[in-house]
Amino acid sequence: MQTERDWPLFEIFVRARAGLDHKHVGSLHAADAAMALEHARDLYTRREEGVSLWVVRSSDITASDPADSESLFEPARDKIYRHPTFYAIPDEVKTL
Amino acid sequence: MYTQGLDAAGADARADSAASDDEAALLQRFQRRVDAEEKIEPKDWMPERYRSTLIRQISQHAHSEIVGMLPEGNWITRAPTLQRKAILIAKVQDEGGHGAYLYSAAETLGVSRDQLIDQLLSGKAKYSSIFNYPTPTWADVGAIGWLVDGAAIMNQIPLCRCSYGPYARAMVRVCREESFHQRQGYDIMLRLSQGSAAQRRMAQEALNRWWWPALMMFGPPDADSTHSSDSQRWKIKRFSNDELRQKFVDFTVPQAQFLGLTVPDPELRWNEAAERHDIGAIDWREFEQVLKGNGPCNAERLAARRSAHEQGAWVREAASAYAEKRRARGASRAA
Ligand SMILES: [Fe+2]
Ligand SMILES: [Fe+2]
Repeated sequence: MQTERDWPLFEIFVRARAGLDHKHVGSLHAADAAMALEHARDLYTRREEGVSLWVVRSSDITASDPADSESLFEPARDKIYRHPTFYAIPDEVKTL
Repeated sequence: MYTQGLDAAGADARADSAASDDEAALLQRFQRRVDAEEKIEPKDWMPERYRSTLIRQISQHAHSEIVGMLPEGNWITRAPTLQRKAILIAKVQDEGGHGAYLYSAAETLGVSRDQLIDQLLSGKAKYSSIFNYPTPTWADVGAIGWLVDGAAIMNQIPLCRCSYGPYARAMVRVCREESFHQRQGYDIMLRLSQGSAAQRRMAQEALNRWWWPALMMFGPPDADSTHSSDSQRWKIKRFSNDELRQKFVDFTVPQAQFLGLTVPDPELRWNEAAERHDIGAIDWREFEQVLKGNGPCNAERLAARRSAHEQGAWVREAASAYAEKRRARGASRAA
């Protein structure tokens, strides 16, 4: 039987209001996902912080490596033409 | 503050001398990021000393929240009204939550929850000196909320900008909840100070008991605290012990005056030139003794914590067994 000593870690996501994305708020240990939900309710929504919860086992998350962040994200830096502000539109042209 | 043990153990808190050129470059880059107010995240490179300092600081902070439930928890069954009881339960529950947020933040640095809890239960870990004082009357519950949570807020607000992301985020969450703690405490003191002569006396005696220990929460005077330089360079600590203590005194003295209570310090004076209150000497020997384990309630607190842990064992075992049963059921249904 699994003992309390190896209860896995869960990452907790809360939807603050209908219409918003679930946002990561923290983590907690629980015996399983059902218990993680119950604890997340007590730990992260004591003051109406949310209307919906997701719990995900931390070990199920695949994260990018900070060492790769330059090669992953910096190529986007010189592609400023992807932003609308790159284009100078004459003042006379409206609603564009 | 909640991590006074750091000050006591300060002698060894020196930055590692860079082991290699490689490490020197990493260290330089790390410091540049910290200087630029960038947050450091769990998987980023960090100096070993930064990691170990944070593990100690965050875990001591977490232990303080957990042990901090005891002095007030003591009054839950005896709160004077149903509403006060509900408020106190909510407050104590928040402190348990603060402990949980902080343990999670410490775990991101590569230490396990079980290790941390073992350190607390074995008596190896430090927690704030303040929670080793007794709460003989209901007024102590008011004084704790007002003074102890007040001092904690003073310390925790700058920690919201600490360089380590998970600690800073945990602190933001904690600070959002602390203001209620302080106000409910002041509210208790206010009601008592407007009450009968006996109630006013009770409020005054609680202030007498908690004033000096609250000032000690900020840790040793700057002149004696040797560890601060690394913590300040790494933007873990942004203000010195004495700076925070002074700010606390300046905020709190007028609040005591409003209650019609006397701060138990005959040397307390408003210093017109410096625009601050001067205070009498703090008894640092008392502080040392409490940190060493010789305070009025050290043994009692640890015993209460251990017995709560032991008495909760069957609940944790049952939860594990139930989770196992559900897993097995799910598996047989899938088969
Ligand atoms: Fe707290
Ligand atoms: Fe608090």
